[in-house]
Amino acid sequence: MTVLALDLAGERGAFRLTLSERLPLTGVTAIFGPSGAGKSTLLRAIAGFDRLPGRIAFGDDVWQDDARFVPPHRRRVATVFQDARLFAHLTVAGNLGYAARRSGSTNQIARVSDQLALAPLMARRTQDLSGGEAQRVALARALLSGPRLILMDEPLSALDAARRAEILPMIEALAATGDIPVIYVSHSLPEVARLADRVLLIDAGRITGRGSVEQVFTAGGLAEATGIAENVIAATVTGRTDDGLAIASFAGGTLLSADLTGPPGTRVRFLVRPRDVILSRHRPEGLSALNILPATVTSVTTRGASADIGLMLGGSAAPPATGTPLTASITQRSCRALALAPGTACHAILKTVALGRD
Amino acid sequence: MIPDLSPLLLTLKLAAVVTAILLILGTPLAWWLARTRSRLRPVIEALTALPLVLPPTVLGFYLLLLLNPTAPLGQFWLSVTGQTLTFSFAGLVVASVLYSLPFTVQPLQAAFTTVGRGPMEAAASCGASPLNAFLTVALPLASRGYLTAAVLTFAHTIGEFGVVLMVGGNIPGQTKLISIAIYEHVERIDYAAAHVLSGILLAFSFLVLTGLYIVNRTRADGARA
Repeated sequence: MTVLALDLAGERGAFRLTLSERLPLTGVTAIFGPSGAGKSTLLRAIAGFDRLPGRIAFGDDVWQDDARFVPPHRRRVATVFQDARLFAHLTVAGNLGYAARRSGSTNQIARVSDQLALAPLMARRTQDLSGGEAQRVALARALLSGPRLILMDEPLSALDAARRAEILPMIEALAATGDIPVIYVSHSLPEVARLADRVLLIDAGRITGRGSVEQVFTAGGLAEATGIAENVIAATVTGRTDDGLAIASFAGGTLLSADLTGPPGTRVRFLVRPRDVILSRHRPEGLSALNILPATVTSVTTRGASADIGLMLGGSAAPPATGTPLTASITQRSCRALALAPGTACHAILKTVALGRD
Repeated sequence: MIPDLSPLLLTLKLAAVVTAILLILGTPLAWWLARTRSRLRPVIEALTALPLVLPPTVLGFYLLLLLNPTAPLGQFWLSVTGQTLTFSFAGLVVASVLYSLPFTVQPLQAAFTTVGRGPMEAAASCGASPLNAFLTVALPLASRGYLTAAVLTFAHTIGEFGVVLMVGGNIPGQTKLISIAIYEHVERIDYAAAHVLSGILLAFSFLVLTGLYIVNRTRADGARA
């Protein structure tokens, strides 16, 4: 497995980027953070478009240190830009050929254009493409340049929700083949939660956390420090109900979802926003909610008029914890009315968003 | 009466040579101006734009000092070619290259600025070296800028008067250009000959510029469609 070693300390205008990371390059590594955090600056340094003081090494290849600087075209790194950046003087086929000829992979054009459903677009001029089509061409062009690493700089942020939903599975499929590692820059939590195998949190030019999607985003973990309070539940599809709902099991119980189409064994992540968790002391009846799970309160943190309730779904809350942690954000008034305190047994009613990897 | 047309042919030859030279020399200069973050840029930009504002006689006067056989450049040229730079076709080329420089560099610089860094980075990401990316991406994307630069340079060179009169004089077949021939005809009150040459120049300039605007508009529409 290749490791990307980054040791950077530099200023770009008024902006400081300081980090020292060893990124294992398998699957998808997401660089996540707010706008202006330095995500793109970091990506441009990895691509070699900008030179920041420091050292970057890809495995045994030193891309830059004090003495040398390998220019971008010799790094075999393909960048998928937010704005596609297709060559306007070439057709779609011309754009793909441009990359394929330089990497000696012209025999791959048919396969890759098939994979990204580009066959009907090949003769089109790039100005005539929709945003989603252009981004698919950009993806294909990146694949055909024979890269050792693909960098994606917010590739979906310029697209509407429907186009995103169309391209996301393609990126996912591409990443699932596992041939080429991907570094994916985004400020979209659903995208990152769906695609990433590991997440690097960046804020104000510094790495503020790293880990799996569950570790990084689930409230109570690193999320406290970064102000991201979401719950991500990793589950596996285990079956299907008679009326067509997918059953997904995880360490804290099972969730039902109408959004999932994958066969049993499909890995899936659910995004549960803390505000979308309703708590009840008794198991509620006559509710339309699909997912009601027994839970135990592990912590109560008050903040103004609201309270963050730490919960353990299923399993035991006493160490070693065996369930799945979850955070609910409710009002202080409700917290008092329910008399919630560490150890209280209750039921969590979840509104989930399935980020299926199907 | 048909006047002597050799000044017209000499003018076309000069304009063609100057345009070719300027497109080659102007490309790296315009590229540098479009891309550099150097603090020298405004100075170089001002130098390239000087011929736009200086009276041609001022430029011609300095060129006369620079090119005459006692000056280093003139002396060097004389020792290499055996001819003087002043009052020769070669001298006219040097003078016109300087005089028409902004008409090449400014459209090219604007075109390269419009191309921007984006496509060049995309080309590098596809494995193209900077020179290769320039030739295969920046150049075709800037083709309109080249067309504008070529037409403006050519047309402007044809129309110059003051500089070439100072540097080249009025030697038939060598430095007698169309604008000088017209001046001469008027001086001799040969209005008929002046009419013919002036009419040719007017029609030519009008047609070339109309053609340029038509081509540019068609391309702009094509790009938008």
